[in-house]
Parts: sequence; structure tokens; C-alpha cells
Amino acid sequence: MAIEVRDVNKSFGATPVLRDVSIDVAAGSLTALLGPSGGGKSTLLRVIAGLEQPDTGTVLISGVDATRLAPQRRNVGFVFQHYAAFKHLTVFRNVAFGLEIRKRPKAEIRKRVMELLELVHLEKLADRYPSQLSGGQRQRMALARALAVEPQVLLLDEPFGALDAQVRKELRTWLRRLHDEVHVTTVFVTHDQEEAIEVADEIVVLAGGEVVQTGTPGEVYDNPANPFVMRFLGPVTEIGGNLVRPHDIEISQDPVEGGSPAVVSRVVRLGFEVRVEVEIGGHEAWVQVTRDQADRLGIGPGDTVHVRPVPGARSLALAV
Amino acid sequence: MTRSRVAGGTAAGLGIAMLYLSLIVLIPLAAVVWRSMDEGPGYFWRSITTPDAWAALTLTIGASALVALINLVMGTIIAWVLVRDRFPGRSVLDTIIDLPFALPTIVAGLVLLALYGPQSPLGINLAYTRAAVVLALMFVTLPFVVRTVQPVLLELDKEMEQAAASLGAGPFQTFRRIILPNLIPAMLSGTALAFTRAIAEFGSTVLISGNLPFKTQVAAVNIFSQIESDNTTGAAAISTALLAVALVALITLDVLQRWGSRRG
Repeated sequence: MAIEVRDVNKSFGATPVLRDVSIDVAAGSLTALLGPSGGGKSTLLRVIAGLEQPDTGTVLISGVDATRLAPQRRNVGFVFQHYAAFKHLTVFRNVAFGLEIRKRPKAEIRKRVMELLELVHLEKLADRYPSQLSGGQRQRMALARALAVEPQVLLLDEPFGALDAQVRKELRTWLRRLHDEVHVTTVFVTHDQEEAIEVADEIVVLAGGEVVQTGTPGEVYDNPANPFVMRFLGPVTEIGGNLVRPHDIEISQDPVEGGSPAVVSRVVRLGFEVRVEVEIGGHEAWVQVTRDQADRLGIGPGDTVHVRPVPGARSLALAV
Repeated sequence: MTRSRVAGGTAAGLGIAMLYLSLIVLIPLAAVVWRSMDEGPGYFWRSITTPDAWAALTLTIGASALVALINLVMGTIIAWVLVRDRFPGRSVLDTIIDLPFALPTIVAGLVLLALYGPQSPLGINLAYTRAAVVLALMFVTLPFVVRTVQPVLLELDKEMEQAAASLGAGPFQTFRRIILPNLIPAMLSGTALAFTRAIAEFGSTVLISGNLPFKTQVAAVNIFSQIESDNTTGAAAISTALLAVALVALITLDVLQRWGSRRG
């Protein structure tokens, strides 16, 4: 294990932020800490980096107890949401910083920094100052800076949180590819379930300062531990006292076994996806179908239809 | 339409600003410089190199430079303590910093004389010495560096320091490589202001220094004594010399700041 967190508790004043948190991060993996804001995920990341001290519990990095180790002695790379660029230094000097601190020979620094700048596609901007870069470029610089010291683990705190949607998506794909090239154990914090599912090998869901579930994106999506995780990981709707994914429901015009009669209240076409809103015995629910399915059904508001979860659909019973 | 109205507004604003500046600053200064040349450049040079004028000028510039350097270090330390440390009485201290600004300088002189004069309760008598001149200048210029560095330190991104730590920098390395370079423009600007304020100081030095020519008389007092002895041209010459020194200090500051802001 590259990182082992054991029974970590942390409070800010009287507010508990982490409660008995234990996680394992496998060497070479790309793990997402996912959860709503205030769930403790950033604090956990900062505890791993040594930027916060846990009240109790231990942190092991590559098998070594790092709990009381100062951040500068942990050899972890940290990337901040707001870049934390050294604004008085050029892109080159920003990336070189950790190597200069380690007093590496000039020629070696130059070679390594240029390699990294090529990796993050900033080789042409080496002499610029951070203020002359876009947000996405600054974050790539911050990533190269963190990678320069060959950290044992790379920690990213909402790395794309301050960027606009387009750049966010690009960088997400790019981070995944970068990880496949560099293989450094990486943990990133996000509140965006799509980002976590798309990028990570492993997802740790944190809420209320506790680990709610751990697993691959598929496991967490398909077998959520509780209604909270199911809601957080993707769209849900309620049929017959069960939480179901709206794409796991079928609609037919004729009665089917196990189906419930429903009245269509609205049909919303969102490009490829069509959202059929229905009323089942006074409850509102919605079903996600493809455009083709919707055309074949030819339904409109006021029509009576029959809905049921598809065979094999994952559903969670809601406590009544 | 809109464009010409905006341009008209700008022109009016520029006009008012220039007129005001001219009346308050430029014309009086030009008059002093003009007056100093009344008897020709030879007389100008002789006026500022008379033994007493020259002694006053070198003392003033030397003491001001020393005081500016002390301020550079102490002002930065005080700003640091005010921003980064939490202790009881911090806000009181923060208010006290401005006192030397608010106090009439002659009162400052009186206070210093009472504390460090012949009747010093501390047993430290600095009256009529050059140390007293430096002390008085230190007192009146204290706020400059503190008040220029403080807001920059408040705005400084703490995450830069955390990033430096995670990259392996110890506290001293982080201070020298990350914090200090970001503070230097403000530190220099405060130092230059303290320096220019110090070379012009009159009130606070008058009582405690004793104004002994060749020993503790500062330039501003020398100018005053020249006027009293009806040598206005000589007084204007010494004033012009001070003006030139102040201008050089401010231009140096400006050049340094441009150099700093170019780096962004």
C-alpha cells in the first residue's frame, strides 16, 4: 500500500471533520475522494500531505509512519485548487523549485524541467510568469512542479474546481492519460461524481467526515452502500418505495408483469436523451429513454403507460 | 457621441488634476529651484558647500539613510508580527503604529526629550547628540514600512507557502525564496517614503538635537537659520539639494517597482 490511513480523527474547534477514517491506497493507483462539500475530503488529503495534523490516528506513506513528519519531509506532491503558483518566478523556476531546494546540479534541473514542461505541454511558455497563463495552464504548471521532485504520492485538491467546464473536461481526460504514463500513486479530491467515475480506478465516498463506501467506479455506481451514495453517484428516481436509476426503467403501453400504471405528465427532449416525467399513484418519477425509444412509444402528456424496473436493475429499498 | 463625452470628461479631469498639482506642488517647487539660481550656479554650489550647510546636509542624508535601513528591517518585523501572530493587545498595537503620524512632530520632540534628555527617567541622556537625531527620525518614520508591508502580507497566498513546504522547503527557505521576494517591492517603497520623510524632518529634531552647527543641526533647521539671517538664495539652494536627493530616491523606487511589476 502506498498510503494507509488508520482511524484518523480531526476536529476544527468543536466541529468534527474526520471521524475514524481509514483508507488504503494501492501503489500506482488513481483514487478519487468523492463527497459533498464539508464532507472532510480536503481535510483528509491535507492530513496525508502533513498540512494538517490529525488529532488521533496514523498515516503511513510507503509503509513508513508519517503522522508526525513535517510536510517537507514526506516527499508528496500537492496540487491546490487555486494553483498556489509562485507568482514571482517564471514557469521554469516554478517547476525547478523542488529540485533547487534539493540542490541538484543545474544541468540536471534544466533537463528534468524541460521534460516535465513537455509532458504538460508548456515547453513554449517556460519563460512566462504565472500571471501570463490561463487557469488551465497554471494548473498544468502546478502539476509539473509537484511531479518534478518524483513524489511517492501525488495529491490533488479539487484540481479542476476553479476552471470552466470545457477546460475541466479536457484536463480530466489528460490527467487520466498522464497517470497512465507516469504511474505515480495519485489521490484527488472532487465533489463531481462524473469526474470521479471517469478518471479514477478507485473511489472513496466521504460524507459527514466518515468513509461511506470504497470501491471501483462500477461497484460504487452499481452497488451503492446506501441511498445517499446512490443519489450522489448519479440520477435516481423512486418507484414503489425503491430507488432506481431512471435508465433502468422500461415503459410500455400495455400492462406488463410487475409493472405499475402511470400517467405521463411531461416529455422533455434533451438531445439524445428523452426524459419522461410520470405520476405513479400520486408519486412523481421520471424515466430516461433514448430518442428512438420515445419515438417508437409515441407517448405524450396525459397518456397512461406502465412502468417497471428492467430485469436486473439495481434498486435500493427506501426505509418507509 | 459617447466617446467624445468620455474624452471630454477625461480632459477635464486631467486639467483639474494638473492645475491642482501645479498650484500645490510644481510651481512652489519650481520657484524654489528658480530662486536658488538667482546668483548663478557658482553661488549655488558655494551655498551648499559652506561648512555648516554641507555638515547639515551630510548629517541629514546619512542619518536618514541609516533610519531608512533600520525601518526596512524593524518595520517588516513589526508588520509580520501584526499580521501573523495572535496575542492579546494586538489591535491596540496596530493602532499605536499610526501615532507618530498623528502627533505634531514638535510634540514627538518633547516626548523624546523628556524620556532621553538630561532628566531621563531611564538614565539615558542622548540630548544634543547625533544619536538623538537618529532617534527622532526613527520615531516619526516608524509607520511607513509597517503600513506598506502589512497589506501585502495580509494578501499573500498562504498556499504558496504550503506548496513550498510540500516541495521540500524548510521554514527559512520558504521565507527567503517565497515570502521575501513577494514583500520586497512593498518594503522598498516604505523605505523610500521613510527616507524622503526623514530628510525633510524639522519639528521632532529641533528640541532634542540642540541644533548645534557641524554636529547635530539637520538640513531643514539649517535652511531655517539661513532664512533668519536673510540669505534666502542660500536657503533655496540647500532646499534644492534636498529636493534633488528626494527625487533621486523616488525615481530609484519607481525603477525598482517597474522592475518588480514586470515580473508580475
